[in-house]
Amino acid sequence: MEVKEREAYQAVIGLEFHAHIATRTKMFCGCRVSYGDPPNTHTCPVCLGHPGALPVANERAVELGVMAGLAMGCEVAPRAVFARKNYFYPDLPKGYQISQYEEPICTGGHIDVPTSSGTVRVRIRRLHLEEDTAKNVHVGTSGRMHGSTASLIDFNRSGTPLMEIVTEPDIPSAEAARETALRLRDILRAVGASEADMEKGQLRCEANVSIRNPDGSLGTRTELKNINSFRFMERAIERELRRQREIVASGGTVRQTTIHYDPEDDEVYETRSKEYAEDYRYFPEPDLLPLQLSEEWVEGLRARLPELPEAMRARFIEQYGLSEEAAGVLTAERELAAYYEEVASQVDPRQAANWISGDLRALLNESGLSISECKILPGHMAELIGLVQSGDLSRSAAKEVLERSFETGERPQEIVEREGLGTVGGDELSGIVERVISSNPEEARRVREGDRKVVGFLIGQVMRETRGNADGGKVREILMEKLGS
Amino acid sequence: MLELSAFELAGKIASGEVSAREAAEAASERVEAAEPEVHAMITPTPELALERAGRVDERRARGEELAPWEGVPIAVKDVLSTRGVRTTCGSRILENFEPVYEATALARLGEPVVVGKANMDEFAMGSSTENSAFGPTRNPWDLSRVPGGSSGGSAAAVAAGEGWWALGTDTGGSVRQPAALCGIVGLKPTYGRVSRYGLIAFASSLDQIGPMTRDVRDAALLLSAIAGHDPRDSTSASAEVPDYLAELDRGVEGLRVGIISEMMGEGIEPGVREVVERAARSLEEAGAEVGEAHLPHQEYALAAYYIIAPAEVSSNLARFDGVRYGMRVEAEGVHEMFRRTRGRGFGDEAKRRIMLGTYALSSGYYEAYYAQAQKVRTRIIEDFRAAFSRFDVLLSPTSPTVAFGLGEKVEDPLAMYAQDICSIPANLAGIPAISVPGGLSEGLPVGVQLMGNHFAEATLLRAARTVEEASGFRFEMRP
Ligand SMILES: [Zn+2]
Repeated sequence: MEVKEREAYQAVIGLEFHAHIATRTKMFCGCRVSYGDPPNTHTCPVCLGHPGALPVANERAVELGVMAGLAMGCEVAPRAVFARKNYFYPDLPKGYQISQYEEPICTGGHIDVPTSSGTVRVRIRRLHLEEDTAKNVHVGTSGRMHGSTASLIDFNRSGTPLMEIVTEPDIPSAEAARETALRLRDILRAVGASEADMEKGQLRCEANVSIRNPDGSLGTRTELKNINSFRFMERAIERELRRQREIVASGGTVRQTTIHYDPEDDEVYETRSKEYAEDYRYFPEPDLLPLQLSEEWVEGLRARLPELPEAMRARFIEQYGLSEEAAGVLTAERELAAYYEEVASQVDPRQAANWISGDLRALLNESGLSISECKILPGHMAELIGLVQSGDLSRSAAKEVLERSFETGERPQEIVEREGLGTVGGDELSGIVERVISSNPEEARRVREGDRKVVGFLIGQVMRETRGNADGGKVREILMEKLGS
Repeated sequence: MLELSAFELAGKIASGEVSAREAAEAASERVEAAEPEVHAMITPTPELALERAGRVDERRARGEELAPWEGVPIAVKDVLSTRGVRTTCGSRILENFEPVYEATALARLGEPVVVGKANMDEFAMGSSTENSAFGPTRNPWDLSRVPGGSSGGSAAAVAAGEGWWALGTDTGGSVRQPAALCGIVGLKPTYGRVSRYGLIAFASSLDQIGPMTRDVRDAALLLSAIAGHDPRDSTSASAEVPDYLAELDRGVEGLRVGIISEMMGEGIEPGVREVVERAARSLEEAGAEVGEAHLPHQEYALAAYYIIAPAEVSSNLARFDGVRYGMRVEAEGVHEMFRRTRGRGFGDEAKRRIMLGTYALSSGYYEAYYAQAQKVRTRIIEDFRAAFSRFDVLLSPTSPTVAFGLGEKVEDPLAMYAQDICSIPANLAGIPAISVPGGLSEGLPVGVQLMGNHFAEATLLRAARTVEEASGFRFEMRP
């Protein structure tokens, strides 16, 4: 029944992204881009919209925008025009936002998105550059404008470079929408165009959600706003699709509205009726000349494009013999991939993948650190894996060393030596085995008589004596030798 | 000293014959004497002038070489941002606004001895300076008449000797028309020749800062000071700035001058036409070839201008909302605060044009108005291109009439708009144009307008110099 309904009401989803461009300075002035600094510490007449101040386009932001477009196979316009988007809001210092409208910098292109039901090609409609607004802070209990006692404005964000990326409504499911967002994030990170961290607000997403009716006609679309994590994205869209299907199935019609998703109770709410469209009175920005982008310049950027996540994933599987999953994890972040490759060049690549995508990533997640902040250098990581491979360190002891090294940045070898965590072997191990045999005469006798079931018990005793720092195979070898069987 | 040109005064300051301080004192005394009658200033700044003049003198005393324009007292239209000095744009909404930075054009003057912020039509919208929230300026030639607009305060200040020269801004003729009506020289440079950074925008694609001076040589000198590329204004040109003074006296031998037929007919006062014809003859006598030029789309220029300029105004004036600076009328809720602040802060003409522009840009009307006006603008540019393939300089009246009476056209915005009929095309095309006094009609000054191709200011100044010399008109302080 449910499957049938889904087929009858096929999802039609388009996504709109706003990504902060990873420049040092703002879109139209020299102020530093910063997050979390004290309010209004990075401002000037331009980003405050003071009378008479004029914008000057940030060349680096243009470059990064074009590189992001090229990475998605977009066409770059030879001429792009900035336009004014006029509306009144307290966090909009000029009364308009400088954006692009009729002549965006990039059009076309696509992202190939793997999903559980096959790869979906999501076409890109456009990519354009614009500036961010300032940030309203409402003082009072709720943090919302309504009921607050005062509103303060932080202009540090005002004029931060943004790119807006709009997809065609090609996305057939909530899962595909989430995967699209993840792929996009990976691409933006790969080219260095944006850090695209959703939690930090560097990547914001809106979804236009509608369903196709059984007769093939397209239903009314709603706008799902304020999607601020990949996790909630899928759930929010899923929830909204369910709402629309229920409305239509019961003979109702979907209204064109803005929808807000509340993850607390997994519920969607209509926040604003959109019966009239806002008139932004766009017109070409007279304070900025059109961008003239020569073919040579564009080709120069294309040549500088790094290996993209898709290609890198395929290469990791091929070159290092990794699973699809491990390759996906390791290529999701540029720095992590580079870290991995450095380690893999020194030790067994598959072991390196296990350690980095498993134990190390778990430690990073727990501590909230990024790989670039990780204290364990790739050389040290390789050393640690090498110790395990050569049998000089047991796996459980290695985990302990990893944790120590992660905290302090110490060399694994040094920790092993100081803490005596190295594998017990040679004469020492022989001595321990002998001691275990003489203090367990009954078990030793049964082994001599051919009862193999108690071998495990004796090995366990040896391991306990060495606190786990012995190679199991080795222990068995010595034990059997000494018991003469 | 008060009768000297700025060029002559600068020479005496540089040689030490006159101190900058003496000049500043003389100007401030003139301000005090003339202001009650003329009201050319919104904010006289005698202390600032003395302080800056003192610094100029100190630097000279230390043996520093002064730029050839330094120390000459200047009046500055109140639309140019001055650090720490209130800049009102002739509007209540900015009545107490003190900018935190200096406009590039002013900063280029080094230590500008600013005698005052000159009166203007609110946000530079008007042709008579009667739209100022601080009361109208009077024409020093006849106190019952207007000085023109919107740089009327700057023009009147120069005519009254309240400063040796002034900076104005010209969006549709606002430097040239008041210069014509007050008997001084007004130059609108090529769009992009002078940085607009710090010029509080009226219509960004048309605005240009220009010198308003006692004679043509002063205009050349002041332009040399303020012209040139500014990295803070993307629309400012990187073309090299020629030595305008050096070329000034080269004459007009062989120059091709075209009288624009479409600006010599109906609506032009006979006395004005006569002065322009006389100017043409004097150019011919000085060796220029004079012929008839045509701008066939001229009749649509006014209409196109009154779509494009208000469209940009409606956007440029949106920042005045009471949130960050200037006036705020407190109210319940932010939108009500916006509404009341803007309702009380803006005058009638500003509101009229904001409404016009908002309408012209709104969806459904954009194509019919704004897009259409841009097409007309393209045609006008093509007209000029064709005309400049035949002529080096085009000639016309600056204003169709001499100065009219205060209050005469206040009730009729369309009649007021028609004042700029001869000056608007140069703004739409972004070309340079100068108004130079050519003589009198009914005892009042008449401006002759010369227009040139992009960046041909030097040629314009040469031709204007010839007209000036032949006219017999000499600067004389009034009233
Ligand atoms: Zn800034």
